[in-house]
Amino acid sequence: MKKYIDTGKKDTRSGFGSGLEVLGKTNENVVALCADLIGSLKMDAFIANNPDRFFQIGIAEANMMGIAAGLTIGGKIPFTGTFANFSTGRVYDQIRQSIAYSGKNVKICASHAGLTLGEDGATHQILEDIGLMKMLPGMVVINPCDYNQTKAATIAIADYEGPVYLRFGRPKVANFTPEDQKFEIGKAVHLQEGTDVTIVATGHLVWEALLAAEALQEKGISAEVINIHTIKPLDDEAILNSVKKTGCIVTAEEHNFLGGLGESVSRVLAQNHPTPQEFIATNDTFGESGTPGQLMEKYGLNAEAITNAAEKVIKRK
Amino acid sequence: MPKTQQLEDFVTQVRRDILRQVHKVNSGHPGGSLGCTEFFVALYQEILERKDGFDMDGKEEDLFFLSNGHISPVFYSVLARSGYFPVEELNTFRLINSRLQGHPTTHEGLPGIRIASGSLGQGMSVAIGAAQAKKLNNDNHIVYSLHGDGELQEGQIWEAAMYASGKKVDNLISTIDLNGQQIDGSTDDVLPLGSLRAKFEAFGWDVMEIKEGNNITSVIEGLKEAKTRTGKGKPVCILMHTVMGHGVDFMMHTHAWHGKAPNDEQLEIGLAQNPETLGDY
Repeated sequence: MKKYIDTGKKDTRSGFGSGLEVLGKTNENVVALCADLIGSLKMDAFIANNPDRFFQIGIAEANMMGIAAGLTIGGKIPFTGTFANFSTGRVYDQIRQSIAYSGKNVKICASHAGLTLGEDGATHQILEDIGLMKMLPGMVVINPCDYNQTKAATIAIADYEGPVYLRFGRPKVANFTPEDQKFEIGKAVHLQEGTDVTIVATGHLVWEALLAAEALQEKGISAEVINIHTIKPLDDEAILNSVKKTGCIVTAEEHNFLGGLGESVSRVLAQNHPTPQEFIATNDTFGESGTPGQLMEKYGLNAEAITNAAEKVIKRK
Repeated sequence: MPKTQQLEDFVTQVRRDILRQVHKVNSGHPGGSLGCTEFFVALYQEILERKDGFDMDGKEEDLFFLSNGHISPVFYSVLARSGYFPVEELNTFRLINSRLQGHPTTHEGLPGIRIASGSLGQGMSVAIGAAQAKKLNNDNHIVYSLHGDGELQEGQIWEAAMYASGKKVDNLISTIDLNGQQIDGSTDDVLPLGSLRAKFEAFGWDVMEIKEGNNITSVIEGLKEAKTRTGKGKPVCILMHTVMGHGVDFMMHTHAWHGKAPNDEQLEIGLAQNPETLGDY
């Protein structure tokens, strides 16, 4: 079993900020927009280095999406920054018409996704954004797992032509993927080889999946762990090859089970290789105030929950 | 032939095109299209600095964004007759497998269109973004946008209006089609707009008016005047007074023809009032 080392807890939003800072130096067409959340999105370094390429929009997210669409006309690559809730639900029609349907090269960068936003509570804890974004034709949906991967993803999406939704979070979490990784959109990453059960996870749940695999190994269960950083386009082949070996699967995400990664995986399995599946996700509910740790435990989004789900799904084989 | 007569003939032909497009498919929006015909002809024939051909980035040329996309019949007619695509393609308006969708879109690759519009209130933001890109590219050309007056009931317009003046987007000319009509009735009945001059001035715009928006000479003069006001630290707003349905007597001064096509008999009357000038498609 491979051993993954947490090199020190870091927030994925800082990975975004760091990636954006790199792009500021390497790609003159990259511009950034923010709706009054510079500090939260960690955009300070890009702004300090490239003041002319930054647009402070104010608290007007709909206008931000439209301006971003317009900036592409003239060759710019706009990165918009605000919380996930205000990056999606609040501006769905602007994204749908002015960005997705119009085929504009906008990168919608969304922080504070999911329950781990914490104490601000349910008004800000969107658990529906993956579903909203993946339903838009042509939209790429990415939810990287740690600081290093978020930084790599941020840099990678600038070279992809088309609209992208990049989802990341607020809390400091384990940073365990390689600093020098090559990020390939749509390409799943195998973290553990296993034979009894497949665990596919996205975002903050990937580290929890690795912890679950360790716990399962102590119980004599061999778990395969796959990091699905790109929910759309989904790496069907990686998922199918794994379940053909293990015969069952657990999906894990910080999102509603309706519309999330789990449902995308179910569709692939149902069409190609029907397989027992358990869902680690929120159960059609809003969140609430609390610490990230308390919330992930209460809503069943941690290593313990994944471990239990794995044991349950193995029995369904 | 004097230039003005040529432009008036152009306008008349576009009005025929509008009527024939919506009649053929028994759908579409003739009212606002007829009211904005002089504006589109003036813009594309006299005002816009345009390159040959079409590319999405539109560098080193003026750009236009239609925010109230439902008046696509006038947009399509003027684009076709300005050389962006074959005039015969107007025959495909709203048909299956057409590039001429009910509302304008980039999705089918129709030359001349740079953004999808139809869901209202979004075009001013897009125009601002394109104007900002021009500034970054050191491109001194101007970005134009057109909006319905009813469309100003959408909140995003005012987010954009606040931004454009606050950030000194002074290479932008946004025209408001002030016809006082919307789908359900007059704007006064549905939701009064109040003084748009006072509103845009309060938002920090340089506001001017075109009193006769259905007079080609007045529209050209007004757009030229607007151009002289760019580059002075403020976005420019033109309040353009038009008559919905202008040029077809029974369609004028009412919201009834906002989104309704004429029947065969009504088409004949409308076409008789707008005789063929440049040749029907």
